[in-house]
Amino acid sequence: MRAPASELPILFEEVCVAARDMRILSDVTLALGAGAPTVLIGPNGAGKTTLLRLAMGLAAPSAGRVTWGGRDRTDGRRLGMVSQRPVMLRRSTFANVTYALATAGIAWGRRSERARQLLAQASLSNQAGRPARRLSGGEQQRLALARALARDPEVLCLDEPTASLDPANTKAVEEIVLAVAARGIKVVMATHDLGQARRLAGDVVLLVGGRIREHAPAQQFFSSPATPEAAAFVRGDLVI
Amino acid sequence: MTRSLVNIVQDPSALGLVLGGDTALYAIVRLSLVVSLSAAALAALIALPLGAYFALVQFPGRGFVIVVLNAFMGLPPVVVGLAAYLLLSRSGPLGFLGLLFTPRAMILAQALLVIPIIAALTRQTIEDLWLEYRDELTAMRVGPLPRIATLIWDARFSLVTVLLAGFGRAAAEVGTVMIVGGNIDGFTRTMTTAIALETSKGDLALAMGLGIVLVALIIVVNAVAWSIRRAGELRAG
Repeated sequence: MRAPASELPILFEEVCVAARDMRILSDVTLALGAGAPTVLIGPNGAGKTTLLRLAMGLAAPSAGRVTWGGRDRTDGRRLGMVSQRPVMLRRSTFANVTYALATAGIAWGRRSERARQLLAQASLSNQAGRPARRLSGGEQQRLALARALARDPEVLCLDEPTASLDPANTKAVEEIVLAVAARGIKVVMATHDLGQARRLAGDVVLLVGGRIREHAPAQQFFSSPATPEAAAFVRGDLVI
Repeated sequence: MTRSLVNIVQDPSALGLVLGGDTALYAIVRLSLVVSLSAAALAALIALPLGAYFALVQFPGRGFVIVVLNAFMGLPPVVVGLAAYLLLSRSGPLGFLGLLFTPRAMILAQALLVIPIIAALTRQTIEDLWLEYRDELTAMRVGPLPRIATLIWDARFSLVTVLLAGFGRAAAEVGTVMIVGGNIDGFTRTMTTAIALETSKGDLALAMGLGIVLVALIIVVNAVAWSIRRAGELRAG
C-alpha cells in the first residue's frame, strides 16, 4: 500500500480572503513546515481562525494560493482541528471517539481499542460511558483533542483551545499538545495567551488586521521583536 | 345538550364495552393501530431522509419547496383522501393494484397525509442541528450520506416527537380513511370512522367506548415515546 502523501509544508502564497467587501486576510505568505508548534497570535478579528480554516482546506482564498505538500488540494485525511468551543456529538464520550475513528476509515474491529488508547491519552478513561455533553469544559476540550487525534493527523490545527479554561485544564490541554508535538505532529495553534505562546511555540506568527506583522522563532520574537506591533504585544500593551 | 352529555358519560355500557373486551370493538382498535402505525412508519421511511435532504442540500427553488412542504402540513384529509382515491380507483394510474377499499389503501393514504408533517418538521430539526455540527463534521470530512445519517441519529430524540406528531395525525384523522377505505364493517372500519358512523346512528355507547380507547391509546403511545426519549437523553446527553 502506498504511503499517504505528506500535507507538509502548507504554503500560503500572497493569500487574500475577502467577504462582503471586507478584507479578512491580506497578502499572507507563510510556510508551515514540520517541527515545533507554530503559534498564531493577534487580537480578535486579526484573521487567525480564517488562516487555520485555510490550512485545513475548509475555506478557499479569494486570491493567492494555498498548497499542501506541493499540491493544490487536500483530502484532509491527515489534518485535524479543534475549535474554541468544540461541538460534542449527542453520544457517549467513547462513542464520540469511535465516530471520529469511523470517519477516519479505521476498521470496525480496531476502533474500540484505539478509542481506549485515545481516551487514556486525554485522561478521560473514567468518563468513557458518560454523555459527552455532560462533561466539563476542560474535559470536552480534551475529548475534542482525542477526536482530532483519531485521524492520526500529520497537522493539528487548534483554534484557541484553552480560551475558556481554568489554569488546571489549560495545563492538561497543553500537556497533550506538547506530547503530540513531540510525536512529530505539526501543531498550528491560535491563542490570545502570550504566556501560552511562550510555553508552546517553536515559532510565532503575529497577525494584526489580516496581515502578518511578524513571523519569527519564538525566542527571537519574545526577546527582540522586530516590529512595533510585536514589541507592543510582547510588552502586554493592547494591540488593536 | 348538557343533560345528554352527562348521560353518556355516566352510561356504564361505554366503559363496559372497553373493559369487557368486546370483540368487535377490539377488532376495530387493532385495525386502527395497524393502519396508523404502518402509515407513520412508511411515511417516516420516506420523510426522514427527505427532510434531511432539504435541510442540507442547496438547490434552485429550495425556498419554494420548503414553503410548499410547510403548507402541506395543513392539508385537509379529505383532499388527500380524494387524491388517493383518484390514484387507486380502477381508472386511476395505480388502479391495477386493486387496493381501493382495503387497509393497504388506508395506509397509503394516511402516509401521504403524514409525509409532509414528518418531512417539514425533520427539515427544521436537522437544519438547526446542522448549524451546530457543520464545522465539526466538515473538519472530519464526513460525506453527504454519512452526514445525513449522523444528523438523523443525533436528532433522534427530537425526531421521536416529530414521529409522534405524524402518528397522532394519522390516528386522529377520519376523512382520508373514510374515502379510500369505505368504512366496511369488519374490514376497513377504524376507530375514527366507526365513531363517526355510530354517532350518526345514535349508538353513543360504542362511539364513546371507541373514543375512550382512542384517547387512551394516544396517551399510552406518547407516554412510551416520552419515556424512551427521556431514558435516551439521560444516556446520551
